[in-house]
Amino acid sequence: MNLGTRKLLDRSFTALGISSIVIMGLMLLVVLVPIVSNGIGAIVFKSTIEHRKMLYHEFNRGDKADLQREIASSDASRKEIYRMLDTFDAELSKMDETRQQEYREKFEQVKNSLRALLGPIPGDEEPALARLKYGQTRWEKAEEKLHELLFEKKWDYSNPDEMAKEYEVSRSASFEGTSLVRLFPYVEKNIDRLLQPEWTFYWGFITDSSVDAHFFGGIWPEIQGTLFLAVGAMLFAFPLGVIGAIYFTEYARDGFLTSLLRSANSTLAGVPSIVFGLFGLTFFINTLKVSESKSVLAGSLTLAIMILPTIIRSSEEAILAVPKTYKEASLGLGSTKWNTIIKVILPAALPGILTGGVLSLGRAAGETAPIIFTAAVSVGSAIGLADVLSSPTPALSWNIYNLASEHEAAAEIRHVQYGMVLALMTIVTLLNMSAIVLRARISKKLKG
Amino acid sequence: MTASAEATASKTVSVRDIYLPPERKKVAGGGVPHVSAKNFSIYYGEFEAVKKVSADIPSKYVTAIIGPSGCGKSTFLRSINRMNDLIPNSHTTGSLMFDGQDVYSKFTDEVLLRKKIGMVFQKPNPFPKSIFDNIAYGPRLHGIRDRKTLADIVEKSLRKAALWDEVCDRLDKNALGMSGGQQQRLCFARTLAVEPEILLLDEPTSALDPRATAKIEDLIQELRGSYTIMIVTHNMQQASRVSDNTMFFYEGTLVEFAPTAQLFTNPKNSMTEDYITGRFS
Repeated sequence: MNLGTRKLLDRSFTALGISSIVIMGLMLLVVLVPIVSNGIGAIVFKSTIEHRKMLYHEFNRGDKADLQREIASSDASRKEIYRMLDTFDAELSKMDETRQQEYREKFEQVKNSLRALLGPIPGDEEPALARLKYGQTRWEKAEEKLHELLFEKKWDYSNPDEMAKEYEVSRSASFEGTSLVRLFPYVEKNIDRLLQPEWTFYWGFITDSSVDAHFFGGIWPEIQGTLFLAVGAMLFAFPLGVIGAIYFTEYARDGFLTSLLRSANSTLAGVPSIVFGLFGLTFFINTLKVSESKSVLAGSLTLAIMILPTIIRSSEEAILAVPKTYKEASLGLGSTKWNTIIKVILPAALPGILTGGVLSLGRAAGETAPIIFTAAVSVGSAIGLADVLSSPTPALSWNIYNLASEHEAAAEIRHVQYGMVLALMTIVTLLNMSAIVLRARISKKLKG
Repeated sequence: MTASAEATASKTVSVRDIYLPPERKKVAGGGVPHVSAKNFSIYYGEFEAVKKVSADIPSKYVTAIIGPSGCGKSTFLRSINRMNDLIPNSHTTGSLMFDGQDVYSKFTDEVLLRKKIGMVFQKPNPFPKSIFDNIAYGPRLHGIRDRKTLADIVEKSLRKAALWDEVCDRLDKNALGMSGGQQQRLCFARTLAVEPEILLLDEPTSALDPRATAKIEDLIQELRGSYTIMIVTHNMQQASRVSDNTMFFYEGTLVEFAPTAQLFTNPKNSMTEDYITGRFS
């Protein structure tokens, strides 16, 4: 091959390599940017007075005097609305039968929209669910609800050959000629005073329990559950894995059995995680009965089985990477094999072993399938350390899925879903970073 | 060539033939064989790496082992404290006695054996620990915990290895931060700290520059008379400088074993002559 062609090939390969990396980076950005921006939105957002009421009543947080002043100023504006509703109610009862029926339904819609926006209307029964006790706590959701109050959604079925079209009708138009028509411009004009939005940093999103299935409050039970499960898995898997690796590298003789064990280990590392989940259910819960039903213990054991092959493999590699001369030197001084392993080989292999361990910890924290059957519940409060043997726990990975797909009002709590994703990513990233730092520090210490 | 080598080897080279200048004899107190091999062979699987070696290694003398690469000299050296056990599928035939004890008997505790027969390797291999901990490693293994005693041993060993003056103010520094020559002398000190009877040196200067090499050779001179030293070397000047007796190995057989002065000036075997005059290597 002549020089020109060779250089051309080199350059084109370089370009190919760079472009593939750039494409990957861009795709990562496409995923990360919305997750990060929306996830931060769960903590930093424009909160309404309803948010502060909720915090005060559910978590007993906030300044009472301030809150009461705010409520007073908001109620002053709200009174006007409720007066208008009463007036219209009276007006309604004087109407003839057909008009009454026509308006009653629309009026109920308006009242429901107002409830969603501002909370219960005076005279309503005290609602049982927390989600009905408060209006919109987040300003951007409040704006959506305001839009729903001002405009009615309708479907156009006029053309039978096409799919129905959605269109909006102004509600004030449909109440033309009644007293209620004044309500809509009033709410639109005074929405700031009604809800009193202000920027908040809601750190409680991380440390609070959820209120009414994540409508309000935070994700601490999930974060705690994830930590419990991951740490629990490490408690089982790390010592076992390191011992297994020592056996493979120092004690096992090369033979049929050893190679069988090794390939079994590699195969286990590639088993789909849902299979481990089912295994955990049948083995730990149904057969061994480590707990009555789902529990943190069963989930940790299942996760431990799942990450064990990875820990064995990475520890094995770390041990094999220790220079053989260390071992020779130690044995040559009259050290026993066991002493050599404990005093010389393991310390030198520690950076690699720990890196593998922390990466596995990250994997255990993020895994969903194994804990579906063994440990995770969708809604629950944070459990105490004493309950890990018997109680299930919510966990980030499972609840992300659950909130996004199975929650009855998934669209109302998008911010919580993004917040959870961001929290999980942060935990895993922090773990990986700490692995890198740890490795660097120990290596530095070993190199002197 | 091979045929003649085997012919030579079949005659047992006796320690009584090779005893050294009379003045050294006095120092060493006689010349009881410290290590004694009889028809000793080492196999790696099927391959016979050392073939039927019979030799008596005199106590408290320096014995050099020379020979071309792959002749089995390192294998022989490492078999004396059973470091070859680390190689899977190796086994031995014949007998190898140390202090009247069969090294390869199944009753032999190889851990105790290695305490008595210390070894310094080709490449300096300090542990990634502090200088102090490197030397205290061996004594600690053998049960010495008292800080003061350990400090004494460390100082004594470093002085013996002529390293004390260079490192006495940075004993807590990592040993990997020292120069190659210092590291190798540290390995000597580490080995001396467990008070061995025999020092096996496996090409201890091959990874060092000439100045560091000279220091190691001085050290060997210092230690001769106190320890039985066996040194494998590729450097024939080194063998003639530091050793009392020299063994010449060729293709696994011990070709000639004689006082160094005699072997280098008046070799009995023509192959030895060819090798030391550089006709092959």
